[in-house]
This record gives sequence, C-alpha cells and structure tokens, in this order.
Amino acid sequence: MTNKLVFENLKHRPVRTLIGILIIGIQVTMVLTLVGLSHGVLNESASRARGVGADILIRPPGGSIIVSGGQMLEKIVPVVIDKEPHVTAASGTLIFGTDLFNYLTGVDLATFDRLNGGFRFLQGGPFQQPDDMMVDSVYAGQHHLRVGDTIKNTNHNWRISGIFEPGMLARMVVPLATLQDLTENTGKVSTVYVKVDNPANIAGVISELSGKLKAYKVYSMEDYTSLFSPANVPMLTSFIWVVVSVGVVVGFLMVLSTMYTAVLERTREIGILKALGASPEYILNILLRETAVLAIVGSIVGILLSYVTRFVIQNLVHSSLVQAIVPTWWPIAGAIAVVGALLGALVPGFKAARQDPIEALAYD
Amino acid sequence: MTDGQPLISIRGLRKTYHAGEVDVQALRGVDLDVQPGEFVSIVGPSGSGKSTLFHIVGGLTPPTAGTVQIGGRDLFGMSDAERTELRKNTVGFVFQKYNLLPTLSARENIEIARDIAHKNGPLPPQFLEVLRLLGIEARLDHKPRALSGGEQQRVAIARAIVNQPSILLADEPTGNLDTENSNAVLGLLRGLNTRLGQTILMITHNPEAAGYGDRIVHMRDGHIE
Repeated sequence: MTNKLVFENLKHRPVRTLIGILIIGIQVTMVLTLVGLSHGVLNESASRARGVGADILIRPPGGSIIVSGGQMLEKIVPVVIDKEPHVTAASGTLIFGTDLFNYLTGVDLATFDRLNGGFRFLQGGPFQQPDDMMVDSVYAGQHHLRVGDTIKNTNHNWRISGIFEPGMLARMVVPLATLQDLTENTGKVSTVYVKVDNPANIAGVISELSGKLKAYKVYSMEDYTSLFSPANVPMLTSFIWVVVSVGVVVGFLMVLSTMYTAVLERTREIGILKALGASPEYILNILLRETAVLAIVGSIVGILLSYVTRFVIQNLVHSSLVQAIVPTWWPIAGAIAVVGALLGALVPGFKAARQDPIEALAYD
Repeated sequence: MTDGQPLISIRGLRKTYHAGEVDVQALRGVDLDVQPGEFVSIVGPSGSGKSTLFHIVGGLTPPTAGTVQIGGRDLFGMSDAERTELRKNTVGFVFQKYNLLPTLSARENIEIARDIAHKNGPLPPQFLEVLRLLGIEARLDHKPRALSGGEQQRVAIARAIVNQPSILLADEPTGNLDTENSNAVLGLLRGLNTRLGQTILMITHNPEAAGYGDRIVHMRDGHIE
C-alpha cells in the first residue's frame, strides 16, 4: 500500500516527477560521459599504439607514462637502437598537440613502414610532398575531407595525400622532417617504436636498451598499453571525482528543493496520515521511497542519455574524443545519484515527519 | 478497564494556546465520562472548545493540565510512540472536510489505514458488510474527486472504523453536506452505534445532528454546561 501511495504521488505531479528524473539523469550522464571519455580516449590511444605493430616503445625522460614529456634526439635510433641485436626495425615519431584534443604526428615512412608494413589506405596513398598529410577515415569523415583537399593546421597548409584505416598510430600523420622544422624540433622525436625478430627476445632487448638509455622509459608494447587507464593519467582521477562530487551536490540540492515543495504541498495529506496513526518513520519512509524511485529511474535515464552523448560526440563534435560506454560505472553513478538524492530528501523528510498533525490538517 | 468503568474519562482538562503575546484559554477545566457503546454529541458555538477537546481526546495535541484516560490508560502519560499506536488501533477520526488522500481510490484510502496499523491484505469479508451498510461498495475504485461529498464522508467513516477502534471521533461530520446527505451520514453513525456497539464522540454545532446521539453535552467558553 505504501508503494501504491508512492507511485500515485509521483503520478499526481507528472511534470515535477519528470523534471526530477531528468535532472538526476543528467547528473548520472555527466559522470558517465566524463568517465566514458576518459576510458574511450585512452582505449583508443592504446589501440592505435598497438596498431603500430611495434614490440617496444621508448620515451624520453620526464613526463608520465602515457603523456609524452618531451623530446629526444632522433639519432638514438641509428646510433643505439638499430645496433641492438634482434632489433629488426625502429622508427621515431614526433607528437605535436594542436589543440586540447588533437595532435599531429610526424612520421618517417621509410622506417615506420618496416614495423608492420605501413598504413592501409582507403583512398590515396603515402606522402608525396613535404606538405602532405595523411588522415584516418574517422577524421576525414568528421571533417568531410577527400584526397587532394587542403586543410590548415598549425598555421600551415597541408594537402591530403591519403586516407587510411583507423587504429594506426594517430589520426593526423605528417612527414617527420616537416613537423620537426615547423615546431623547431629539428632532429628530435618524442617516441621511438622498436620491432624485434622474435617475441621471446622482447624482454632481453628491453633490458639491454634500459641499460644503455639510463633515464629513458623503455616498455614492452603490452605493458605500455595495459597502462592506459585513468589511474595512470596525472590528475584525471581527481578531476573525475571533482565532477562526481559536483554531481552529488547538484542532485542533493535538486532533490532537496523538489521534496521540500512536495512536503509543503502535501502538508494536509501528511496530517491525515498522522491522524490515522502513521509514525514519523512511516512518513519518512514514503518520502524516501519516492526519492529512491526518482533516483533509480533517473539513473536508468542517465545511462540511456550517455548513449546519446556518445552519439553526439561521435557525430557532431569534430575532435579525436571517443566516449566509451563503461558499464562498470553504471552501478557507481547510480549509487552516487541514489545516495545524493536520499540525503537531499532527508531534510524535507524530517520536516514532514515532525509536522504537527493539527496544523497540518488545518492547512489549505 | 473493568466493567462499568467509562471508556473515556476526562478530568480537569485545560488547554491554553499562546497566540503571540496573548494566551487563549480554549478549555477551562472539562470533566466528562463516556461509557463504552455510548453515542455522545458535543454541541456548542464556534470557539467553545469543542475541536480542542476532540484533538486532545484523539491524542493529536497535549493538554495544558488535566488527564484523559482511554480504557483506563492515561493518554498523556504515554510516550509519543505509544500515542501513535493508540491512534492506529483505538481511535478513528472523521473530519468535516473528509480528509481523504486525493491520489488514492476510496478502497486504497481505507486500506492505507489498515496498512498503517500493520494489517496487510485485502479488506476482511466481514468489513464488506459494513461497506454495504455505508452504501459505498460500488464506489470503492473511484478517486475522491469522483465521489460526492456524502460518498466521501462515508468512505472517511469506513476508513475510521476499519481497524475496529474503541472510539470513533467525528468532528462536524455533516458540516459540508446538504440535508439529505447529512441525514444519511448521521443515520449511518447511529446504525454503527446500535448495530456494532461503536462508541462515538461527535462534535457538532447543529442541534438537530446532535439529536442522533444518546446524550448531548453542551460546551461554552471552554466549559461543559
């Protein structure tokens, strides 16, 4: 019967109920979208790194594991790495961020193609000129690019020479030498990819290279890509929790105001229940159940909305952002919404539970 | 409670309300006994203290002084939880404004009183007979807004007695009804009293309505005359 009353109360004010559900849904979507973006971008980066086909990755000293911290001299490839036994190919690349979410990657195709046979083109082909750029089909689709088109990036005009299958290294690839000159990094690279003759030799080569390149970061590709999680990106976890906390506060305040209004509106009904012998716990229980229904339905709506945000980001936002759907976060985001909402319902709930029945019955 | 003892025993009841800096004496020493199975009408003009007496006997508000015993138990010697328990099982209220929950059907309004008293499940078969007596058995699935005033008040009476309370407290139960519906409701209360032995304490300012009771108690200026 309590559930019936809860359901009827929610049905009685459909607009308020829908707004409540929507606000909680948005709160849940906000959390899921942020978490989904973190995972999506990192998974995508890991998958593109794996797509290179290298066995070992070398980064210069400094920076975090995932975020490149600087440059190293390109000549370590011929001077140190190529001379290492079992190394069959090595290629340096330079990464240059063009905005918050996009970056150009400079590649020397002559050495890079030896790692796994090179890019697989859907249209056009490799660079012909120093100002040529190759883009993956995702980027080309987002920006409506075709082979032969010219785009401006980093204050430079690039001609699209080819469109390749996604999942290989980066979205925008330009000749290494051109990017080095443009960014005043002549002779420098930010990552070196290494291929060895046999997977059994990977550990040995890593050990040798680590010994020779003391402060450099030398990883097997397997170890490197396994590190692509929000926990390994500086500040990202903190940032996620800040957003989650904001979500909790927003949910709390929303439910507080909604339930406060509901309690005021229902003063008389609460008086009736009290006259019938309802205990303060009974009244509180009704309001908390109503809130729990709002929060649970809101969480489900939030999960569904996260598919909408993914669609929007994928189709309408022209960036390299990829939002993953992370079902392991569904119960977390839902629990956050439910707890925030229940906390918000407590204050009006206690007000209702303590209401004087005579005053309540006299309320019009 | 032993045989011959009143079901309700009120002694020296006083109630003072503080309205700003002014003290209003709503009850100025009321003594009243109501026997089990008695139908007592309390009559008096507005401001005579009838409603205050009703609220105190129903355990909705405490007196300033005096005692109220129901079934030999001191109402205000109890804890809040005990008084709440008493409202569930010992006292049933009927109000002038019906006070049905607008979002629930007539049946659910009755069932929620059972739910509050921890009695689950559908209405017991013997209670269906009471609903027939009240003439609302065909209107149970309607929401209050679809019922006439007389029907709403009959649902409110059904709700008040569904837990078989010792006392039915009715505050101006015909105050919002036309003559025909008033007579029907008063006849029903009379029927509940004579057929089921329901003890009823009814407040009214209408002398004709008061005539349905076994005994009429007149109140004026916080006293029983």
